[in-house]
Amino acid sequence: MAEKHTITLTVNGRRHIAEVEPRMLLVDLLRDELSLKEVHIGCEHGVCGTCTVLRDGASIRSCITFAVQADGAEIRTVESLADGPTLHPLQDEFWAKQGLQCGYCTPGMLMRACEILAHNPDPTSAQVREGIASNLCRCTGYQYIVEAVLAAAARMRTGQNATHDVEVRS
Amino acid sequence: MTTIDRPAPPPARTHKRDRRWVGQSVRRVEDPKFLRGRGGYLADLVTPGMLHAAVLRSPHPHARIVSIDTAAAAALDGVHAVITGAQAAELTDPLPDFGPDPANHVWRCLAVDTVRYVGEGVAVVVADSRYLAEDALELIQVEYESLPPIVDPQAALEPGAPLVHEPLGTNCAYERSFDFGDVERDFAEADLVVRDRLRWHRSGGQPLETVGAIADFDHGSGQLTVHTNSLSFTSYLFMAAASLRIPANRLDVRQVPAGGSFGSKLFVTKPLVLAGMCSRMVGRPVVFLEDRVDNIANCDHHGSDRVYDVELAVMRDGTLRGLAIDVIDDYGAYIQFGVGHHGNALAQVVGPYTIGSVRYRVRAALTNKNQQGAYRGFGSEVNNWMLEQMVDKAARELGMDPVEIRRRNFIRDFPYFIPTGNVYDSGDYDAVLDQTLRLGRYDHWRTEQKRLREQEGRYIGIGLITCAERSVFSATEFWFWFDEPGAPVTSMPESVTLTVDATGGITATLYSCAFWGNSPETMVAQLVAEEFDCDPHDVSVAYQGSRNGLPATGPGGSRTTVMLAGAVEGATAKIKAKARRAAAHLLEADPDDLEWADGGYQVRGVPDRRKSLGDIAIALHLFKHGFPEDIESGLEESKVFDHPYTTMPSADRKDLGVFYPFVGHACHIPVVEVDIESGAVRFLAYAAVHDCGTLVNPRSLAGHILGGVAQGIGTALYEEYVYDDDGQLLSSSYMDYLIPSAMEVPELAIGHVETPSPYTPHGIKGGGEGGRMMAPAAVNAAVNDALAPLGVRLTELPMTPERIRAALRTPR
Repeated sequence: MAEKHTITLTVNGRRHIAEVEPRMLLVDLLRDELSLKEVHIGCEHGVCGTCTVLRDGASIRSCITFAVQADGAEIRTVESLADGPTLHPLQDEFWAKQGLQCGYCTPGMLMRACEILAHNPDPTSAQVREGIASNLCRCTGYQYIVEAVLAAAARMRTGQNATHDVEVRS
Repeated sequence: MTTIDRPAPPPARTHKRDRRWVGQSVRRVEDPKFLRGRGGYLADLVTPGMLHAAVLRSPHPHARIVSIDTAAAAALDGVHAVITGAQAAELTDPLPDFGPDPANHVWRCLAVDTVRYVGEGVAVVVADSRYLAEDALELIQVEYESLPPIVDPQAALEPGAPLVHEPLGTNCAYERSFDFGDVERDFAEADLVVRDRLRWHRSGGQPLETVGAIADFDHGSGQLTVHTNSLSFTSYLFMAAASLRIPANRLDVRQVPAGGSFGSKLFVTKPLVLAGMCSRMVGRPVVFLEDRVDNIANCDHHGSDRVYDVELAVMRDGTLRGLAIDVIDDYGAYIQFGVGHHGNALAQVVGPYTIGSVRYRVRAALTNKNQQGAYRGFGSEVNNWMLEQMVDKAARELGMDPVEIRRRNFIRDFPYFIPTGNVYDSGDYDAVLDQTLRLGRYDHWRTEQKRLREQEGRYIGIGLITCAERSVFSATEFWFWFDEPGAPVTSMPESVTLTVDATGGITATLYSCAFWGNSPETMVAQLVAEEFDCDPHDVSVAYQGSRNGLPATGPGGSRTTVMLAGAVEGATAKIKAKARRAAAHLLEADPDDLEWADGGYQVRGVPDRRKSLGDIAIALHLFKHGFPEDIESGLEESKVFDHPYTTMPSADRKDLGVFYPFVGHACHIPVVEVDIESGAVRFLAYAAVHDCGTLVNPRSLAGHILGGVAQGIGTALYEEYVYDDDGQLLSSSYMDYLIPSAMEVPELAIGHVETPSPYTPHGIKGGGEGGRMMAPAAVNAAVNDALAPLGVRLTELPMTPERIRAALRTPR
C-alpha cells in the first residue's frame, strides 16, 4: 500500500487533518472520512458535475480531484448554505420553482450557482443557462433551475433574507 | 370471446368541482432534505465496516471462459471473498426472466461459461473498501476464447449467424404477427400506400445515480434485509428471493430514494442478488453499487433498438385507413421482459387517429449487447415517432398540410376502442392542437421560415406532432403474446394505509412507488389534504418494507398517481366511515345527519355542533370504552386499490382487451434551425401542450414534461449506446454518451388541457413519460421540415451531425 500523506483542509469552516493515500479522491474523503454525504457521485469522469464543490471559492469536480490536491484548501459543500433551519435563497428558490426532481444533482448545481452569482450577481437568463451547462441534470430539463437561480439572484441583490423553511408553505 | 363481446366500461364517475389542493402547484414535500443534500440515497447508507463488492466485467462481446484464476485476488489483504460466475451458479438460481423460452437463454447474476456482451460480469470481489475490491479485480486472471460476435439485428436473424445462446438454436427470441381489423381490405382500397424504413438506435435512462443494493444476511435468523434504489421493491420480492433460494418471507426489501430512474431502476434484480449472495457468503453487510461503466455497459436497461418497415394505407382526401408494421427489435443478449415493449406500443399503436386496421409483426433479435429493459415510454415513444414520421410522409406525398391531415383523422368519440382492443377513455385532441398552434405561434413561424429561407438562405424547420400518451398499465402487455396466458387479467394493485394519530395528524404509508424524482409523497399529501381539509405539508408519508407490506406493484407506465389516488380515496372512505360513527356517538346524533366540513363532522345545518378529526381521533385512541362494543380503538385504515379498468384478450388474439385505458394526448411544436454545412441542429422555439386529465400539481407535471423533452432531445440528436461492428461498446462514459446540457435544451412554452378521465379518482391520467414520448418524433419532424426544400428526410435517430450530413449528400 502506498505511503499515506497528512493533509490539512478546512471544510465548511471546520479544520480537518486527514491521513490519505495519494490515490484517494476528494469526493471519497468528503463522503467516507468526513461523512459529508451531500457530495454525490455521478459519472466519475468529471463530466456531469454532480460532485461539484467549491475549493477556495472556485468550483471543482471532486470525483477527479485527489484529496491531496485539497491540502491547505478551503472547501465548501452544500452543507454551508443553510443556516440551521433557514434555507439559503438559492435553496429556497429551487424549492419554490421546483428546480429539482430527484435531487441528486442538486448539491452540485447549487454550489455551481453560488459561484455564478458570486461572479455576476445580476445574470441574464442566457448567462445562467451557459453557466450551469457545466452540470448535468437528467430530470428537470433545466428550465426551472434557471428560473430558481434568477429568482435567488434578485433576492440576494436586495438583501432579502432567506426564509425559514418550516414557515414556507405552498 | 370475440371483439363484439367487450365488457362494458366501469361506471363513469362524477368528479368534485371545487378542489382545494388537487390542482395546486404546492412546493413538494420531499424537497427540503434534498436541498440540503441529505436525501439519504443508497450510497449515503454505507457505514464504516460495511464490505464493498465490485464486479469484473468482460472485455469481450462474445467469448468462452476457458479458465478463471482468482488465487491472487483472494490472497490480497482486505479481500473477503472472490466469487466466479460458476460459483455463483452454485449459490443462486437464474434471475427472473419473462421472455419466451427462458430455459434456452438463461440469465444469471454472473456469466458462467460464456460471456455475451462487453461488460457482462464474470466474477465479484468482496473487500474492505471499493478501492481494494477494484485492486483485487485487477489480479483475477481470465482466459477467454473469442467467439464471433453478432452485432447487427438484421444479420442476427439470417441463417448461419453466430448464436448468442446455443440452446435456443436461433437468435430470434420471439416472432409473431397480429392482424387487427380488416388489413387486407384497407390496403386494397387505399388510394396510396406510403412506405418507409425507419431506424431507432438504443439510448437509455442514465440516471445520475447508479443502481445498487446493500444486503445484510443474518445467519442466525436466515433473514436477508436489502436496501435498494430499485423502485418496484415490493412486486419482484418473491422472484429475487427465488434467485437467492430463500423464502420470500425471509427477505425484506426496503426502499431508499433513487437519484433518478426513468425506467432504468424499475426492476433491478441483478444488484440485489449479487449483494445478497455476497452478504450470505461473508456474513457481513455488503454494498454493491454500480460505477458509471457498470451502469452504461451492464445495467440491463438499454432502451429500444428498432428497424421498422412500415406501410400506411391512405385515401386521397387524407383519411388514414390501415397501418402495417414489420419491426425488428435488437434486444441484446437477454430478454428479461419479453416483447412487452411492443405490447406497450399496441396500447396506442394508431396514435390519436381513426386508423381502422393494423398489422403488427415483431421479431425480437438477440445480439451481443447489453439487454433491453425500461426507458421512459417503454416502446410507445418509438411507435409515436414511427407513426408521426409516416403521417408526415403521407401529408407530403398528398400535398397536404400537416395540421390538416391530423385534424382529418382525429378520434373524437370516447370511449374509443382502437383496433387492438385497447380503449381510449377520453380526450379533446382539437383543443390540444388549437392551444399548441397558438402557444407555438405556428403561423408566425411559417412566415418566418419562408422569409429566412428566401432572404437569408437559412433552413428553419417546424415540427408538429400529435401523439397519444397511454397510462396505467395492466400487465396484459407482457403475456398476450402467448396463446396460453394461464391466468386471468393481472390486477396490479397499489396500497395505502392512512393512520390518524391521537392529535388528528395523518400519516400515509406507501408500500411501493419509492421516490425517484417524481413526487409520490407530494401527490399523496395533496390527495390526503383534499380529502381531510388539511395542509399537504402537515401530512406525513412513510414507506413499509416489502416483507410485511400490503400488495403493491410499483411505478411504471405512468401509473403512480392514478393508483395512489385510488388507494387514498378508498382508505379515506373507510376512515371517514369510522370517524362519522364515532362523531355521531360523541355528538349524540344520527350518523346520517352528519356532514364532513372543514376537517370534521358536524350536524347538517348546525355548524357549531361539530367534532374535528382531532376530537374524534383522541376519543378513538384513548377512550374506546365510551363507544359501542364493535368500534375498535384507533383510527387506521388501508386500501388495496386494483386496476380500475382492464379486460381479458380474446382467445384468438384479434382483440387484446383493455390494458392501458387512461390515454392522454399531447401536441409538440419545436422550431429548429439546421446548419446544412455542419449538420448541427439548434432550437429557436418549442411549445408543448399536454392533456393528462386532471392535474394534481401542475408545476410538477410541467417539470416532467420539461425533463422528458430534454431526454427526448437527447434521443433525437445526441444519445446512443454505440457498439462497433466487432461488438465493442464505444460510448462507455459521458464523454461519448452525450446527455444534453442546459445549452442543448431550449426554453419550453408549456400548456395544459384537462379532459378528466371518467374512470379515475378526480379524473387523473398518468403523465410522467409524456415529454420523452413526444420529443423524438417532434424534433425529427422539425429537422425534416427544415430540409424539405432539399428533398431530404432523416429516418434514423439520433440525428447526429454525421447522419444529417450523410443524408444531405444523398437526397431521397
